[in-house]
Amino acid sequence: MADDINHKSADLDLDDRKFTINFGPQHPAAHGVLRLVLDLDGEIVDRVDPHIGLLHRGTEKLIEYKTFLQALPYFDRLDYVAPMNQEHAYCLAIEKLAGIEVPRRAQFIRVIYSEIGRILSHLLNVTTQALDVGALTPPLWGFEPREELMGFYERASGSRMHAAYFRPGGVHQDLPPELVEDIHKFCDPFLKTLDDIETLVTENRIFKQRNVDIGVVSVQEALDWGFSGVMVRGSGLAWDLRRAEPYEVYSELAFQIPIGKNGDCWDRYLCRIEEMRESIKIMKQCIDKMPVGPVLPEHSKFVPPRRGEMKTSMEALIHHFKLYTEGFHVPAGETYACVEAPKGEFGVYLVTDGGNKPYRLKVKAPGFAHLHAMDHICRGHMLADVSAILGSLDIVFGEIDR
Amino acid sequence: MSVIPSKDTMVAELKLHLEATLKPVKSAKVSAGELTLTVERDSIVKVLEFLREDSQCRFETLVDLCGADYPTEPERFEVVYHMLSMRLNQRIRLKVRTDEMTPVPSATAVFPVANWYEREAFDMYGIIFSGHPDLRRILTDYGFEGYPLRKDFPLSGRVQVRYDEEQKRVVNEPVKLVQEYRNFDFLSPWEGMQAVIPGDEKAGEAKK
Repeated sequence: MADDINHKSADLDLDDRKFTINFGPQHPAAHGVLRLVLDLDGEIVDRVDPHIGLLHRGTEKLIEYKTFLQALPYFDRLDYVAPMNQEHAYCLAIEKLAGIEVPRRAQFIRVIYSEIGRILSHLLNVTTQALDVGALTPPLWGFEPREELMGFYERASGSRMHAAYFRPGGVHQDLPPELVEDIHKFCDPFLKTLDDIETLVTENRIFKQRNVDIGVVSVQEALDWGFSGVMVRGSGLAWDLRRAEPYEVYSELAFQIPIGKNGDCWDRYLCRIEEMRESIKIMKQCIDKMPVGPVLPEHSKFVPPRRGEMKTSMEALIHHFKLYTEGFHVPAGETYACVEAPKGEFGVYLVTDGGNKPYRLKVKAPGFAHLHAMDHICRGHMLADVSAILGSLDIVFGEIDR
Repeated sequence: MSVIPSKDTMVAELKLHLEATLKPVKSAKVSAGELTLTVERDSIVKVLEFLREDSQCRFETLVDLCGADYPTEPERFEVVYHMLSMRLNQRIRLKVRTDEMTPVPSATAVFPVANWYEREAFDMYGIIFSGHPDLRRILTDYGFEGYPLRKDFPLSGRVQVRYDEEQKRVVNEPVKLVQEYRNFDFLSPWEGMQAVIPGDEKAGEAKK
């Protein structure tokens, strides 16, 4: 029977085997609003042309018309799976230009919430990648701890996703002690949940068949295509900004950088699982080491005065009013600040002219470069591998389309 | 045990090295610990290649490429390249000037990742890249007109879309705003005053 089919296809004109299909923008495995135009030769992918921009909201343009503080919430809406990590890069850029010192307690809180963001993102990615290749249960198991983590977001900032919690100079408000306790209580049981998810997925025969040796990226390719984050670590390059350019208190914390061997989809999956374990380690250390103290610089023109002060001091009241209407001024200059976001290097290139608004702000989203390489990685793979590769690139359209 | 040089000395050393070896660099300056080179437009590809191959640079990743608009200057656009060396843990920023008509040589031959970044700069600013394999719009809608990130492009855009029930399709029409965008000028005149009091011109100099 198989011979029969081969025989028939050999008879056909070659051009009859070639056709073009449209994948997305409304497809569950497209991870958002991606439209892929796939040129196929039978079931082999010849060319991939991703059409992006369906979620383009003009973030960079809007930010040029907002004060520095008003621009902050736009960063939650970029990679909406790990909102605070984006805010972090923006705050670091402003702090670098304006020379603001972040109090120590705020640095620890930032690290805790960055790691919560990393777990949020990896949990979503790892489990939906399993969904893309046919497993239904992992997302159901993974979304339960995600819900808890978003509860921590809500209890700190008042919002499950669009937090606007990191502010230039620190974080908006201090964490109540019960919340810190609850985050600590979350850590160990979560490791157990992670083990459970692994028993479902990691050694699963179907999962391995769909991911091992699929979408292999060599170190050279990772460099040429501007990859970062798990995409380079999966290929065996131990590059992590938390270690290479330590910001906040990362240099004081002990954690490992998991790297892959073969650079295929399965290695990247394993890296993400290990990174979640490391994140838990970091969170626990932070909770142990976190000092008491202010979470925003005292008597700074960049942060609002205390409520109590405003009741008695005229200057504080004026300052509060000016801060929320005119906003603060950042000295003229330019800088590039980046953080190790869950998806890779998330950077902010900020140009200021000394006014109360950014002159130019470019968001460097890791997913943009990763999605660009889709064409390069997918060539020669089967049609069914496209969704596996797409899943392991960890694409979120909020940050790619901006 | 060898002493690890601090970030600042590394940047300073790199600056000296590049000033000595790279001819097409117009200026090199360090601000906030970041090294910025201004490069002649026509030699940008050569510079990128050098930075990638040179043993003291090894900038093998093109992190980012973007445009910026300064309408008051003679060549209004700036193309900014951010590069990273994962081996030596260093970063560098390159700048090239251009205007609406003059193309910038494309970096796609050296760094394949430049392809989309250049498409984005073209889409947002209308900067033309010569030798680019596929220079078409990337983020804006199919059939979009204008360059949205230019400073003279209005924030609200020029067209709005809606689904037309009679024509059974999405139609474009000029933007109608019920209320103008309220762009308040909050800048306080009291802080912005830099005027020198007549007869007091030398007051600042004496302090120095």
